[in-house]
Amino acid sequence: MSAAGPGGTGPGGAGSAGGDGGSGRAERRLELVASPHLKAPDSTPRIMWTVVVTLVPVVVAAAWNFGPSALLVIGFATLGAMVTERWLGPGGALRDGSAAITGLLLGLTLPAGLPVWMAFAGGAVGIGFGKLIFGGLGQNVFNPALLGRAFLQAAFPAAMTTWPLPTGAELPGGGVMAWSTLRGGTFALPLLGSRVDAVTGPTPLGLMKFESVGTEVSDLFMGTISGSIGETSALLILVGGAYLALKNYLNWRIPVSVFAAVAILSSAIHAVSPAAFPGAPFMLFSGGLMLGAIYMATDMVTSPVTNVGAWIYGAGIGALVVLIRFWGGLPEGVMYAILLMNALVPFINRATQPRVFGTGKVAEASP
Amino acid sequence: MGELMLIFVSAMLVNNFTLVLFLGLCPFMGVSAKVGTALRMGGANIFVLTITSMVASFLNEYVLVYAPYLRLISFIVVIASLVQIVEMTIKKLSPALFRELGIFLPLITTNCAILGLAIFQTNRGYGFVEGLFFAVGAGAGLTLALVLMASIREQTELADVPAVARNMGLVLIVAGSLSLAFMGFAGLFTS
Repeated sequence: MSAAGPGGTGPGGAGSAGGDGGSGRAERRLELVASPHLKAPDSTPRIMWTVVVTLVPVVVAAAWNFGPSALLVIGFATLGAMVTERWLGPGGALRDGSAAITGLLLGLTLPAGLPVWMAFAGGAVGIGFGKLIFGGLGQNVFNPALLGRAFLQAAFPAAMTTWPLPTGAELPGGGVMAWSTLRGGTFALPLLGSRVDAVTGPTPLGLMKFESVGTEVSDLFMGTISGSIGETSALLILVGGAYLALKNYLNWRIPVSVFAAVAILSSAIHAVSPAAFPGAPFMLFSGGLMLGAIYMATDMVTSPVTNVGAWIYGAGIGALVVLIRFWGGLPEGVMYAILLMNALVPFINRATQPRVFGTGKVAEASP
Repeated sequence: MGELMLIFVSAMLVNNFTLVLFLGLCPFMGVSAKVGTALRMGGANIFVLTITSMVASFLNEYVLVYAPYLRLISFIVVIASLVQIVEMTIKKLSPALFRELGIFLPLITTNCAILGLAIFQTNRGYGFVEGLFFAVGAGAGLTLALVLMASIREQTELADVPAVARNMGLVLIVAGSLSLAFMGFAGLFTS
Protein backbone atom coordinates (compact mmCIF):
# COMPACT_ATOMS: atom_id res chain seq x y z
CA MET A 1 0.00 0.00 0.00
CA SER A 2 1.58 3.16 -1.15
CA ALA A 3 1.53 6.22 1.04
CA ALA A 4 2.10 8.48 -1.90
CA GLY A 5 -0.58 10.79 -3.08
CA PRO A 6 -1.85 9.34 -6.28
CA GLY A 7 -0.30 11.13 -9.18
CA GLY A 8 -1.19 11.82 -12.74
CA THR A 9 -4.59 11.46 -14.20
CA GLY A 10 -5.97 8.54 -12.30
CA PRO A 11 -6.03 9.36 -8.62
CA GLY A 12 -6.97 6.63 -6.30
CA GLY A 13 -5.40 3.76 -8.16
CA ALA A 14 -2.68 3.10 -5.63
CA GLY A 15 -4.41 4.60 -2.62
CA SER A 16 -5.84 2.78 0.35
CA ALA A 17 -6.80 -0.70 -0.56
CA GLY A 18 -10.34 -1.55 0.25
CA GLY A 19 -9.47 -5.18 0.87
CA ASP A 20 -11.85 -7.66 -0.57
CA GLY A 21 -11.16 -10.41 -2.97
CA GLY A 22 -10.20 -13.08 -0.45
CA SER A 23 -13.67 -13.75 0.87
CA GLY A 24 -15.92 -16.34 -0.68
CA ARG A 25 -16.14 -20.03 -0.85
CA ALA A 26 -13.03 -22.05 -0.38
CA GLU A 27 -13.53 -23.87 -3.60
CA ARG A 28 -13.62 -21.64 -6.56
CA ARG A 29 -13.12 -21.99 -10.22
CA LEU A 30 -10.21 -20.24 -11.73
CA GLU A 31 -11.24 -16.74 -12.60
CA LEU A 32 -9.49 -14.51 -15.04
CA VAL A 33 -9.73 -10.86 -14.08
CA ALA A 34 -7.84 -8.01 -15.60
CA SER A 35 -5.84 -5.75 -13.28
CA PRO A 36 -6.16 -3.69 -11.11
CA HIS A 37 -7.09 -6.25 -8.50
CA LEU A 38 -7.07 -3.91 -5.53
CA LYS A 39 -9.77 -1.35 -5.70
CA ALA A 40 -10.32 1.70 -3.54
CA PRO A 41 -13.63 3.52 -3.21
CA ASP A 42 -11.86 6.77 -4.12
CA SER A 43 -12.57 8.22 -7.50
CA THR A 44 -11.79 11.57 -9.07
CA PRO A 45 -15.25 13.09 -8.39
CA ARG A 46 -15.23 11.77 -4.83
CA ILE A 47 -11.84 13.31 -4.06
CA MET A 48 -12.69 16.59 -5.74
CA TRP A 49 -16.04 17.01 -4.02
CA THR A 50 -14.46 16.11 -0.66
CA VAL A 51 -11.99 18.94 -1.20
CA VAL A 52 -14.90 21.25 -2.00
CA VAL A 53 -16.65 20.22 1.24
CA THR A 54 -13.53 20.89 3.33
CA LEU A 55 -13.42 24.37 1.80
CA VAL A 56 -16.96 25.20 2.92
CA PRO A 57 -15.92 26.33 6.46
CA VAL A 58 -13.26 28.54 4.91
CA VAL A 59 -15.86 30.11 2.62
CA VAL A 60 -18.24 30.63 5.56
CA ALA A 61 -15.50 32.32 7.58
CA ALA A 62 -14.62 34.46 4.56
CA ALA A 63 -18.28 35.42 4.15
CA TRP A 64 -18.35 36.54 7.78
CA ASN A 65 -15.11 38.50 7.42
CA PHE A 66 -15.79 40.25 4.16
CA GLY A 67 -19.56 40.25 3.80
CA PRO A 68 -21.64 39.65 0.71
CA SER A 69 -18.87 40.95 -1.56
CA ALA A 70 -16.75 37.92 -0.71
CA LEU A 71 -19.54 35.51 -1.57
CA LEU A 72 -20.17 37.29 -4.86
CA VAL A 73 -16.50 37.24 -5.84
CA ILE A 74 -16.16 33.54 -4.99
CA GLY A 75 -19.41 32.78 -6.77
CA PHE A 76 -18.47 34.56 -9.98
CA ALA A 77 -14.97 33.05 -10.05
CA THR A 78 -16.54 29.61 -9.73
CA LEU A 79 -19.12 30.48 -12.37
CA GLY A 80 -16.38 31.63 -14.75
CA ALA A 81 -14.48 28.39 -14.29
CA MET A 82 -17.53 26.16 -14.65
CA VAL A 83 -19.01 27.96 -17.66
CA THR A 84 -15.68 27.70 -19.48
CA GLU A 85 -15.33 24.03 -18.61
CA ARG A 86 -18.87 23.35 -19.81
CA TRP A 87 -18.37 25.35 -22.98
CA LEU A 88 -14.92 24.18 -24.08
CA GLY A 89 -14.28 21.06 -22.07
CA PRO A 90 -15.14 17.46 -22.87
CA GLY A 91 -18.70 16.42 -22.12
CA GLY A 92 -19.46 15.53 -18.54
CA ALA A 93 -16.27 17.12 -17.24
CA LEU A 94 -18.24 19.36 -14.91
CA ARG A 95 -19.35 16.44 -12.80
CA ASP A 96 -15.86 15.57 -11.53
CA GLY A 97 -15.81 18.82 -9.60
CA SER A 98 -12.33 19.93 -10.60
CA ALA A 99 -13.60 23.09 -12.27
CA ALA A 100 -15.59 23.93 -9.14
CA ILE A 101 -12.42 23.59 -7.04
CA THR A 102 -10.43 25.78 -9.41
CA GLY A 103 -13.06 28.50 -9.25
CA LEU A 104 -13.49 28.22 -5.50
CA LEU A 105 -9.75 28.38 -4.83
CA LEU A 106 -9.32 31.27 -7.24
CA GLY A 107 -12.13 33.15 -5.52
CA LEU A 108 -10.49 32.59 -2.16
CA THR A 109 -7.23 34.17 -3.37
CA LEU A 110 -8.88 37.38 -4.61
CA PRO A 111 -9.49 40.59 -2.66
CA ALA A 112 -13.12 40.94 -1.58
CA GLY A 113 -13.65 44.28 -3.28
CA LEU A 114 -12.76 43.01 -6.75
CA PRO A 115 -15.43 43.66 -9.42
CA VAL A 116 -17.18 40.39 -10.10
CA TRP A 117 -16.55 40.52 -13.84
CA MET A 118 -12.81 40.36 -13.13
CA ALA A 119 -13.35 37.32 -10.92
CA PHE A 120 -15.36 35.74 -13.73
CA ALA A 121 -12.58 36.49 -16.24
CA GLY A 122 -9.99 35.02 -13.90
CA GLY A 123 -11.92 31.78 -13.59
CA ALA A 124 -12.37 31.57 -17.35
CA VAL A 125 -8.68 32.22 -18.08
CA GLY A 126 -7.57 29.80 -15.37
CA ILE A 127 -9.63 26.96 -16.77
CA GLY A 128 -9.15 27.85 -20.42
CA PHE A 129 -5.43 28.59 -20.53
CA GLY A 130 -4.45 26.73 -17.39
CA LYS A 131 -6.19 23.44 -18.00
CA LEU A 132 -8.27 22.89 -21.13
CA ILE A 133 -5.55 24.01 -23.54
CA PHE A 134 -3.37 21.20 -22.16
CA GLY A 135 -6.10 18.66 -22.80
CA GLY A 136 -8.14 18.85 -19.62
CA LEU A 137 -7.93 17.35 -16.17
CA GLY A 138 -4.69 15.62 -15.33
CA GLN A 139 -2.62 17.03 -18.17
CA ASN A 140 -1.99 20.61 -17.14
CA VAL A 141 1.38 21.87 -15.94
CA PHE A 142 0.37 24.92 -13.90
CA ASN A 143 -2.23 25.15 -11.18
CA PRO A 144 -5.25 26.60 -13.04
CA ALA A 145 -6.49 28.69 -10.10
CA LEU A 146 -3.09 30.30 -9.61
CA LEU A 147 -2.63 30.87 -13.32
CA GLY A 148 -5.98 32.68 -13.34
CA ARG A 149 -4.83 34.77 -10.40
CA ALA A 150 -1.46 35.55 -12.00
CA PHE A 151 -3.35 36.70 -15.09
CA LEU A 152 -5.55 38.98 -12.99
CA GLN A 153 -2.54 40.30 -11.10
CA ALA A 154 -0.82 41.19 -14.38
CA ALA A 155 -3.94 42.64 -16.00
CA PHE A 156 -5.51 44.54 -13.10
CA PRO A 157 -2.71 45.27 -10.62
CA ALA A 158 -4.55 48.11 -8.89
CA ALA A 159 -7.79 46.24 -8.30
CA MET A 160 -5.86 43.16 -7.19
CA THR A 161 -4.04 45.02 -4.43
CA THR A 162 -6.98 46.94 -2.97
CA TRP A 163 -7.63 45.25 0.35
CA PRO A 164 -10.96 46.05 2.06
CA LEU A 165 -11.38 45.99 5.82
CA PRO A 166 -12.87 42.93 7.52
CA THR A 167 -16.17 42.99 9.40
CA GLY A 168 -15.84 44.61 12.79
CA ALA A 169 -12.75 46.66 11.95
CA GLU A 170 -12.77 50.25 13.10
CA LEU A 171 -13.55 52.75 10.38
CA PRO A 172 -11.44 55.90 10.11
CA GLY A 173 -14.52 58.09 10.58
CA GLY A 174 -15.63 56.27 13.72
CA GLY A 175 -17.82 53.20 14.05
CA VAL A 176 -17.08 49.72 12.79
CA MET A 177 -17.38 48.00 9.42
CA ALA A 178 -20.81 46.41 9.13
CA TRP A 179 -21.16 42.90 7.73
CA SER A 180 -23.48 43.89 4.92
CA THR A 181 -21.34 46.73 3.51
CA LEU A 182 -20.15 46.06 -0.02
CA ARG A 183 -16.36 46.17 0.12
CA GLY A 184 -15.65 47.92 -3.17
CA GLY A 185 -16.78 48.17 -6.75
CA THR A 186 -18.31 44.71 -6.71
CA PHE A 187 -20.78 45.50 -9.47
CA ALA A 188 -18.49 47.71 -11.56
CA LEU A 189 -18.69 46.98 -15.28
CA PRO A 190 -15.75 46.55 -17.63
CA LEU A 191 -14.40 49.57 -19.52
CA LEU A 192 -16.68 52.07 -17.79
CA GLY A 193 -14.00 53.27 -15.44
CA SER A 194 -16.43 53.88 -12.61
CA ARG A 195 -14.81 54.97 -9.40
CA VAL A 196 -16.13 53.44 -6.23
CA ASP A 197 -15.11 54.53 -2.78
CA ALA A 198 -14.11 51.76 -0.45
CA VAL A 199 -12.51 51.70 2.96
CA THR A 200 -9.32 49.73 2.65
CA GLY A 201 -6.61 48.64 5.01
CA PRO A 202 -3.08 47.35 4.58
CA THR A 203 -2.44 43.63 4.75
CA PRO A 204 -0.13 42.34 7.49
CA LEU A 205 2.50 41.50 4.87
CA GLY A 206 2.21 44.94 3.32
CA LEU A 207 2.60 46.56 6.73
CA MET A 208 5.65 44.44 7.40
CA LYS A 209 7.22 45.06 4.02
CA PHE A 210 6.68 48.77 3.61
CA GLU A 211 6.42 50.03 7.17
CA SER A 212 8.10 47.29 9.21
CA VAL A 213 5.07 46.97 11.48
CA GLY A 214 4.15 43.53 12.79
CA THR A 215 0.72 42.04 13.45
CA GLU A 216 -0.41 39.88 16.38
CA VAL A 217 -0.10 36.21 15.44
CA SER A 218 -3.43 35.44 17.14
CA ASP A 219 -5.18 37.85 14.76
CA LEU A 220 -3.50 36.11 11.85
CA PHE A 221 -4.54 32.72 13.18
CA MET A 222 -8.20 33.62 13.55
CA GLY A 223 -8.30 35.69 10.40
CA THR A 224 -9.61 39.07 11.52
CA ILE A 225 -7.32 41.02 9.21
CA SER A 226 -7.28 42.59 5.77
CA GLY A 227 -6.21 40.36 2.96
CA SER A 228 -7.46 38.05 0.26
CA ILE A 229 -10.84 36.47 0.93
CA GLY A 230 -9.55 33.08 1.99
CA GLU A 231 -6.06 33.83 3.23
CA THR A 232 -7.39 34.99 6.52
CA SER A 233 -8.29 32.07 8.73
CA ALA A 234 -5.31 29.78 9.17
CA LEU A 235 -7.16 27.60 11.67
CA LEU A 236 -9.96 26.43 9.37
CA ILE A 237 -7.55 25.78 6.50
CA LEU A 238 -5.33 23.68 8.77
CA VAL A 239 -8.32 21.60 9.94
CA GLY A 240 -9.47 20.99 6.36
CA GLY A 241 -5.95 20.11 5.28
CA ALA A 242 -5.49 17.68 8.17
CA TYR A 243 -8.68 15.86 7.18
CA LEU A 244 -7.56 15.61 3.54
CA ALA A 245 -4.14 14.38 4.61
CA LEU A 246 -5.75 11.69 6.80
CA LYS A 247 -7.86 10.56 3.86
CA ASN A 248 -4.66 10.50 1.78
CA TYR A 249 -6.22 12.96 -0.66
CA LEU A 250 -3.17 15.16 -0.44
CA ASN A 251 0.46 14.31 0.02
CA TRP A 252 1.26 15.55 3.55
CA ARG A 253 4.94 15.82 2.65
CA ILE A 254 4.28 18.88 0.51
CA PRO A 255 2.70 21.21 3.13
CA VAL A 256 5.05 19.90 5.82
CA SER A 257 8.12 20.64 3.74
CA VAL A 258 6.78 24.07 2.74
CA PHE A 259 6.19 24.98 6.40
CA ALA A 260 9.52 23.54 7.46
CA ALA A 261 11.45 25.44 4.82
CA VAL A 262 9.69 28.72 5.62
CA ALA A 263 10.10 28.25 9.38
CA ILE A 264 13.77 27.31 9.24
CA LEU A 265 14.82 29.97 6.75
CA SER A 266 12.85 32.80 8.33
CA SER A 267 14.01 31.88 11.85
CA ALA A 268 17.62 31.87 10.73
CA ILE A 269 17.34 35.20 8.95
CA HIS A 270 15.29 36.68 11.79
CA ALA A 271 18.02 35.64 14.23
CA VAL A 272 20.63 37.51 12.19
CA SER A 273 18.58 40.67 11.69
CA PRO A 274 15.47 40.77 13.93
CA ALA A 275 14.56 44.35 13.09
CA ALA A 276 14.31 43.98 9.34
CA PHE A 277 12.83 40.51 8.98
CA PRO A 278 9.87 38.91 10.80
CA GLY A 279 10.20 35.55 12.50
CA ALA A 280 8.69 32.18 11.74
CA PRO A 281 5.20 32.51 13.37
CA PHE A 282 4.39 35.66 11.44
CA MET A 283 5.69 34.17 8.19
CA LEU A 284 3.72 30.96 8.61
CA PHE A 285 0.34 32.46 9.43
CA SER A 286 0.35 35.57 7.27
CA GLY A 287 -0.70 35.93 3.67
CA GLY A 288 -1.65 33.04 1.46
CA LEU A 289 0.87 30.56 2.78
CA MET A 290 -1.65 28.29 4.52
CA LEU A 291 -4.12 28.21 1.63
CA GLY A 292 -1.31 27.89 -0.89
CA ALA A 293 0.66 25.16 0.85
CA ILE A 294 -2.38 23.05 1.74
CA TYR A 295 -4.78 23.51 -1.15
CA MET A 296 -2.78 24.77 -4.12
CA ALA A 297 0.65 23.21 -3.89
CA THR A 298 -0.83 19.77 -3.25
CA ASP A 299 -2.85 19.69 -6.45
CA MET A 300 -2.37 16.10 -7.58
CA VAL A 301 -1.85 17.02 -11.21
CA THR A 302 0.76 19.70 -10.78
CA SER A 303 2.84 18.27 -7.92
CA PRO A 304 5.59 15.63 -8.22
CA VAL A 305 4.62 11.97 -8.27
CA THR A 306 7.53 10.70 -6.17
CA ASN A 307 7.87 11.29 -2.44
CA VAL A 308 11.45 12.49 -2.77
CA GLY A 309 10.19 14.88 -5.41
CA ALA A 310 7.44 16.08 -3.05
CA TRP A 311 10.03 17.03 -0.41
CA ILE A 312 12.14 18.89 -2.97
CA TYR A 313 9.07 20.62 -4.40
CA GLY A 314 7.78 21.73 -0.99
CA ALA A 315 11.17 22.96 0.16
CA GLY A 316 11.55 24.88 -3.09
CA ILE A 317 8.20 26.60 -2.59
CA GLY A 318 9.12 27.54 0.98
CA ALA A 319 12.50 28.91 -0.04
CA LEU A 320 11.02 30.95 -2.89
CA VAL A 321 8.32 32.35 -0.58
CA VAL A 322 10.96 33.56 1.86
CA LEU A 323 13.10 34.93 -0.96
CA ILE A 324 10.26 36.91 -2.56
CA ARG A 325 8.77 38.14 0.73
CA PHE A 326 12.10 39.24 2.19
CA TRP A 327 13.96 40.56 -0.82
CA GLY A 328 11.48 40.81 -3.67
CA GLY A 329 9.55 43.83 -4.80
CA LEU A 330 6.22 42.30 -3.79
CA PRO A 331 4.93 41.79 -0.25
CA GLU A 332 3.59 38.30 -1.03
CA GLY A 333 5.08 35.56 -3.15
CA VAL A 334 3.18 32.34 -2.48
CA MET A 335 1.41 32.37 -5.83
CA TYR A 336 4.60 32.94 -7.80
CA ALA A 337 6.52 30.42 -5.71
CA ILE A 338 3.99 27.70 -6.46
CA LEU A 339 3.78 28.57 -10.15
CA LEU A 340 7.58 28.53 -10.47
CA MET A 341 7.81 25.16 -8.75
CA ASN A 342 4.94 23.87 -10.92
CA ALA A 343 7.13 24.67 -13.88
CA LEU A 344 9.93 22.63 -12.31
CA VAL A 345 7.74 19.59 -11.58
CA PRO A 346 8.36 17.77 -14.88
CA PHE A 347 12.08 18.20 -14.28
CA ILE A 348 11.78 17.00 -10.64
CA ASN A 349 9.76 13.97 -11.75
CA ARG A 350 12.43 13.18 -14.28
CA ALA A 351 15.28 13.60 -11.80
CA THR A 352 13.69 11.59 -8.97
CA GLN A 353 12.47 8.72 -11.07
CA PRO A 354 13.13 5.56 -9.05
CA ARG A 355 15.24 2.94 -10.75
CA VAL A 356 13.40 0.13 -12.43
CA PHE A 357 13.44 -2.99 -10.28
CA GLY A 358 16.17 -5.32 -11.36
CA THR A 359 18.20 -2.78 -13.27
CA GLY A 360 21.48 -1.17 -12.34
CA LYS A 361 21.99 1.77 -10.05
CA VAL A 362 21.43 4.35 -12.74
CA ALA A 363 18.25 3.85 -14.71
CA GLU A 364 19.17 4.85 -18.22
CA ALA A 365 16.53 7.18 -19.62
CA SER A 366 15.50 6.15 -23.09
CA PRO A 367 16.89 8.62 -25.61
CA MET B 1 31.22 41.28 -4.70
CA GLY B 2 27.62 42.09 -3.76
CA GLU B 3 27.33 44.27 -6.83
CA LEU B 4 28.52 41.43 -9.06
CA MET B 5 26.08 38.95 -7.56
CA LEU B 6 23.32 41.47 -8.06
CA ILE B 7 24.23 41.74 -11.74
CA PHE B 8 24.24 37.96 -12.02
CA VAL B 9 20.87 37.41 -10.31
CA SER B 10 19.32 40.30 -12.15
CA ALA B 11 20.38 38.94 -15.53
CA MET B 12 19.36 35.39 -14.65
CA LEU B 13 15.98 35.85 -12.91
CA VAL B 14 14.68 39.38 -12.60
CA ASN B 15 15.45 40.42 -16.16
CA ASN B 16 15.60 36.95 -17.61
CA PHE B 17 16.43 37.49 -21.28
CA THR B 18 13.84 35.06 -22.56
CA LEU B 19 10.94 35.21 -20.13
CA VAL B 20 11.03 38.85 -19.08
CA LEU B 21 12.77 40.73 -21.91
CA PHE B 22 11.63 38.32 -24.67
CA LEU B 23 15.04 38.16 -26.31
CA GLY B 24 16.40 35.01 -27.91
CA LEU B 25 13.02 33.47 -28.57
CA CYS B 26 14.09 31.45 -31.62
CA PRO B 27 16.18 28.92 -29.71
CA PHE B 28 13.59 29.04 -26.91
CA MET B 29 10.87 27.87 -29.28
CA GLY B 30 13.01 25.85 -31.65
CA VAL B 31 15.41 23.79 -29.56
CA SER B 32 13.26 23.13 -26.51
CA ALA B 33 11.73 19.80 -27.49
CA LYS B 34 14.18 17.66 -25.50
CA VAL B 35 15.92 18.41 -22.22
CA GLY B 36 19.29 17.11 -23.41
CA THR B 37 19.33 19.29 -26.51
CA ALA B 38 18.07 22.26 -24.52
CA LEU B 39 20.94 21.90 -22.07
CA ARG B 40 23.49 21.81 -24.87
CA MET B 41 21.86 24.79 -26.56
CA GLY B 42 22.05 26.60 -23.22
CA GLY B 43 25.71 25.71 -22.95
CA ALA B 44 26.39 27.02 -26.44
CA ASN B 45 24.53 30.19 -25.55
CA ILE B 46 26.53 30.73 -22.36
CA PHE B 47 29.71 30.23 -24.33
CA VAL B 48 28.80 32.67 -27.08
CA LEU B 49 27.46 35.22 -24.60
CA THR B 50 30.65 35.12 -22.56
CA ILE B 51 32.81 35.64 -25.62
CA THR B 52 30.48 38.41 -26.82
CA SER B 53 30.82 40.17 -23.51
CA MET B 54 34.60 39.99 -23.59
CA VAL B 55 34.73 41.20 -27.17
CA ALA B 56 32.30 44.00 -26.44
CA SER B 57 34.39 45.23 -23.50
CA PHE B 58 37.49 45.06 -25.66
CA LEU B 59 35.87 46.92 -28.55
CA ASN B 60 34.39 49.54 -26.23
CA GLU B 61 37.71 50.10 -24.54
CA TYR B 62 40.08 50.23 -27.48
CA VAL B 63 38.20 50.69 -30.73
CA LEU B 64 34.86 52.36 -30.29
CA VAL B 65 36.23 55.32 -28.36
CA TYR B 66 37.68 56.48 -31.66
CA ALA B 67 34.70 55.56 -33.81
CA PRO B 68 31.52 55.27 -31.77
CA TYR B 69 29.36 55.19 -34.90
CA LEU B 70 30.81 51.75 -35.72
CA ARG B 71 29.32 50.20 -32.62
CA LEU B 72 26.43 48.23 -34.06
CA ILE B 73 28.21 46.97 -37.14
CA SER B 74 31.38 46.01 -35.34
CA PHE B 75 29.38 44.08 -32.73
CA ILE B 76 27.49 42.20 -35.44
CA VAL B 77 30.56 41.39 -37.50
CA VAL B 78 32.60 40.22 -34.56
CA ILE B 79 29.79 38.12 -33.12
CA ALA B 80 29.00 36.52 -36.45
CA SER B 81 32.59 35.52 -37.06
CA LEU B 82 32.87 34.18 -33.53
CA VAL B 83 29.83 31.99 -33.95
CA GLN B 84 31.30 30.69 -37.18
CA ILE B 85 34.40 29.66 -35.26
CA VAL B 86 32.28 27.95 -32.59
CA GLU B 87 30.30 26.14 -35.24
CA MET B 88 33.42 24.86 -36.97
CA THR B 89 34.90 23.77 -33.65
CA ILE B 90 31.77 21.86 -32.67
CA LYS B 91 31.51 20.29 -36.10
CA LYS B 92 35.05 19.05 -35.73
CA LEU B 93 34.89 17.98 -32.08
CA SER B 94 31.35 16.69 -31.70
CA PRO B 95 29.54 15.82 -34.92
CA ALA B 96 26.61 14.38 -32.93
CA LEU B 97 26.07 17.67 -31.12
CA PHE B 98 26.45 19.50 -34.39
CA ARG B 99 23.73 17.40 -35.99
CA GLU B 100 21.46 17.87 -33.00
CA LEU B 101 21.74 21.64 -32.88
CA GLY B 102 21.30 21.76 -36.63
CA ILE B 103 20.33 25.14 -37.97
CA PHE B 104 20.17 26.75 -34.56
CA LEU B 105 23.87 27.22 -33.97
CA PRO B 106 24.23 29.57 -36.95
CA LEU B 107 21.03 31.17 -35.72
CA ILE B 108 22.79 32.25 -32.53
CA THR B 109 24.58 34.72 -34.81
CA THR B 110 21.41 36.64 -35.46
CA ASN B 111 20.09 35.96 -32.00
CA CYS B 112 18.82 39.16 -30.48
CA ALA B 113 19.94 37.98 -27.04
CA ILE B 114 23.58 38.14 -28.16
CA LEU B 115 23.43 41.62 -29.65
CA GLY B 116 21.15 42.66 -26.79
CA LEU B 117 23.78 41.63 -24.28
CA ALA B 118 26.49 43.62 -26.00
CA ILE B 119 24.31 46.72 -26.20
CA PHE B 120 22.96 46.45 -22.63
CA GLN B 121 26.49 46.04 -21.38
CA THR B 122 27.67 49.11 -23.22
CA ASN B 123 24.70 51.23 -22.18
CA ARG B 124 25.07 50.30 -18.54
CA GLY B 125 28.79 50.99 -18.60
CA TYR B 126 29.81 47.57 -17.32
CA GLY B 127 33.55 46.90 -17.17
CA PHE B 128 35.21 43.63 -18.07
CA VAL B 129 34.45 41.67 -14.88
CA GLU B 130 30.93 43.05 -14.52
CA GLY B 131 30.33 42.16 -18.16
CA LEU B 132 31.44 38.58 -17.53
CA PHE B 133 29.01 38.18 -14.62
CA PHE B 134 26.28 39.75 -16.71
CA ALA B 135 26.95 37.39 -19.62
CA VAL B 136 27.09 34.24 -17.52
CA GLY B 137 23.95 35.29 -15.66
CA ALA B 138 22.11 35.95 -18.89
CA GLY B 139 23.30 32.63 -20.29
CA ALA B 140 22.25 30.80 -17.14
CA GLY B 141 18.85 32.46 -17.39
CA LEU B 142 18.48 31.38 -21.00
CA THR B 143 19.51 27.85 -20.08
CA LEU B 144 17.04 27.81 -17.18
CA ALA B 145 14.22 28.93 -19.45
CA LEU B 146 15.18 26.40 -22.12
CA VAL B 147 15.36 23.49 -19.69
CA LEU B 148 12.08 24.43 -17.99
CA MET B 149 10.37 24.67 -21.35
CA ALA B 150 11.91 21.43 -22.59
CA SER B 151 10.90 19.41 -19.53
CA ILE B 152 7.36 20.78 -19.75
CA ARG B 153 7.21 19.98 -23.45
CA GLU B 154 8.43 16.44 -22.87
CA GLN B 155 5.56 15.97 -20.45
CA THR B 156 2.86 17.64 -22.54
CA GLU B 157 3.89 15.52 -25.52
CA LEU B 158 1.83 12.78 -23.87
CA ALA B 159 -1.12 15.07 -23.20
CA ASP B 160 -4.28 15.07 -25.24
CA VAL B 161 -3.87 18.62 -26.49
CA PRO B 162 -6.78 20.05 -28.51
CA ALA B 163 -6.08 20.51 -32.21
CA VAL B 164 -5.91 24.30 -32.03
CA ALA B 165 -2.98 24.20 -29.65
CA ARG B 166 -0.87 21.34 -31.01
CA ASN B 167 2.87 21.95 -31.17
CA MET B 168 3.76 25.64 -31.30
CA GLY B 169 0.42 26.85 -29.98
CA LEU B 170 0.92 25.12 -26.69
CA VAL B 171 4.56 26.21 -26.55
CA LEU B 172 3.46 29.82 -26.79
CA ILE B 173 0.86 29.33 -24.06
CA VAL B 174 3.43 27.68 -21.79
CA ALA B 175 5.92 30.45 -22.54
CA GLY B 176 3.33 33.02 -21.51
CA SER B 177 2.54 31.12 -18.31
CA LEU B 178 6.24 30.87 -17.47
CA SER B 179 6.58 34.56 -18.09
CA LEU B 180 3.68 35.24 -15.69
CA ALA B 181 5.40 33.09 -13.07
CA PHE B 182 8.68 34.95 -13.54
CA MET B 183 6.89 38.20 -12.68
CA GLY B 184 7.29 37.04 -9.10
CA PHE B 185 11.00 37.86 -9.27
CA ALA B 186 10.30 41.52 -10.08
CA GLY B 187 12.27 43.84 -7.86
CA LEU B 188 14.32 41.07 -6.28
CA PHE B 189 17.19 42.53 -4.17
CA THR B 190 16.75 45.95 -5.73
CA SER B 191 13.74 47.42 -3.97
